[in-house]
Amino acid sequence: MAMTTFKRIIKGGFLNFKRSGIISWAAVLVVTITLSVITTIILLQAVLHFSLNQIKDKVDVTIYFTIGASEEKIMTLKSSLEKLPEVATVSYTSAEEALRIFRERHQSDYPTIQALDEIGDNPLGAYLNIKAKEVSQYEDIANFMKSDNSLTPGGESIVDKVNYHQNKLVIDRLNNIIGGAQRLGFILTLLSVIITVIVTFNTIRLTIFIAKEEIGVMRLVGASKMHVRGPFMIEGVIYGVVATMITLVLFLPVTAWLGRSMTNFLGINMYDYYLSSFFQIFAILLLSGIILGVISSWLAIRKYLKK
Amino acid sequence: MIYFNNVSKNYKDAVALDGVTFTVEPGEFLSIVGHSGAGKTTLVKMILADEFPSGGTVFFESINVHRLKNKELTDLRRRIGVVFQDYKLLPNKTAFENIAFAMEAVGKTEEEIMSDVPHVLELVDLSEKLHHFPHQMSGGEQQRLAIARAIINQPELIIADEPTGSLDPVNTYEIVQILKKINDLGTTVILTTHNRGVIESVDKRVITLENGKVVRDTKHGK
Repeated sequence: MAMTTFKRIIKGGFLNFKRSGIISWAAVLVVTITLSVITTIILLQAVLHFSLNQIKDKVDVTIYFTIGASEEKIMTLKSSLEKLPEVATVSYTSAEEALRIFRERHQSDYPTIQALDEIGDNPLGAYLNIKAKEVSQYEDIANFMKSDNSLTPGGESIVDKVNYHQNKLVIDRLNNIIGGAQRLGFILTLLSVIITVIVTFNTIRLTIFIAKEEIGVMRLVGASKMHVRGPFMIEGVIYGVVATMITLVLFLPVTAWLGRSMTNFLGINMYDYYLSSFFQIFAILLLSGIILGVISSWLAIRKYLKK
Repeated sequence: MIYFNNVSKNYKDAVALDGVTFTVEPGEFLSIVGHSGAGKTTLVKMILADEFPSGGTVFFESINVHRLKNKELTDLRRRIGVVFQDYKLLPNKTAFENIAFAMEAVGKTEEEIMSDVPHVLELVDLSEKLHHFPHQMSGGEQQRLAIARAIINQPELIIADEPTGSLDPVNTYEIVQILKKINDLGTTVILTTHNRGVIESVDKRVITLENGKVVRDTKHGK
């Protein structure tokens, strides 16, 4: 009995969808627009995420050691730094390596090289380059460095200088920009999702408004609420599924074009990203589409079922 | 079977029903006649609990119809078949599906639907139009389809609210004959009309409404 009812409701939903013709397609179009907005937001988030990561990657803190600081002590410091939860990587550059890099960089700067040759000794110390997981965590790491001079007991500090304080201004500003960009992105996302959801809800409400008389007749004939509501909700599901398919197909050429001509500008190949996250995007869209369709139908029809 | 006890209905600035009292016996064919706005439609809507009275009570057998909860009201409506002046067919469904829907609503099986629908369509002479949509049918055909839908679940009562209101004399005659046939088979029929000719061809009990009041109740309307 329940199975028969269920089958009838599903069949009714498909028939309604087919026979409502242009009205059904209008609803599908609006849901498609909503899902396209969601897809665009997903792709924009990817670009934002990627760019922010790239910027974050350029930020680091370097600890310069005094000339002749023992490698053993530096390694002790390195391993204790690596234990900090905020630290992503620590890379060690020895004094010799530092000199080599310096010479390479100043290859064409003859006076400098000459001066260096005249000194004979290596005037440079070793250094540690630290990357934090989050830009906001550099301060913690710098503070650790201050308190951790105890690592070199009984002697002078082997740390010559930490460039955090020179970089602090830039890091703080960057932190603000990243925070702001994320907040702005969130607000824009929320706003556009709310707007499109309202538009979709109203469109589906209109399609059900058109069937208002029909709903009344069904009730007069003695149909239960579920029997009346069911097919409309199945229609909602169909809107969601069809719109998901259209959106997914639509974004193939769009991202292919973006991938071909905008990869340098965006810093990320949209087409590759789209294909690699295809199933995730598919799942998000399908779920949003179906939930949107079903809930809109449910709410819209409630009004006409009250009698 | 149906008891109207001093029923009144006031809209904002108009009186639709004013102290209406009458009884309908099982198997009766009652015509309710009156001008447009006399209160005929309000009266039949009372039986379906589609309108609530400002005063008085309406009973269907021992049930006060205005005290019913949603589920019980659905059950009551399944015992009553309704025919309207504007047919109220489902426009997106074929003749067959319109009737099948009423059967599905009361939980009939697929087999019952397959065997009963063609039968009832034959009864109202619509066998040829099985797969036509309402907009592909004439007014008379649509009304016959509405009657077929109303009787498919063997209701105890048929309410026909101005069923011939938008039909020509030939179709009107056919509809009246079908309703008489249904009544002969034992179903109670309540028919509202403003057409004297219809009442004369029915030749059964007639209640006359004027400004919401029962002004005449005669055994044989002529």
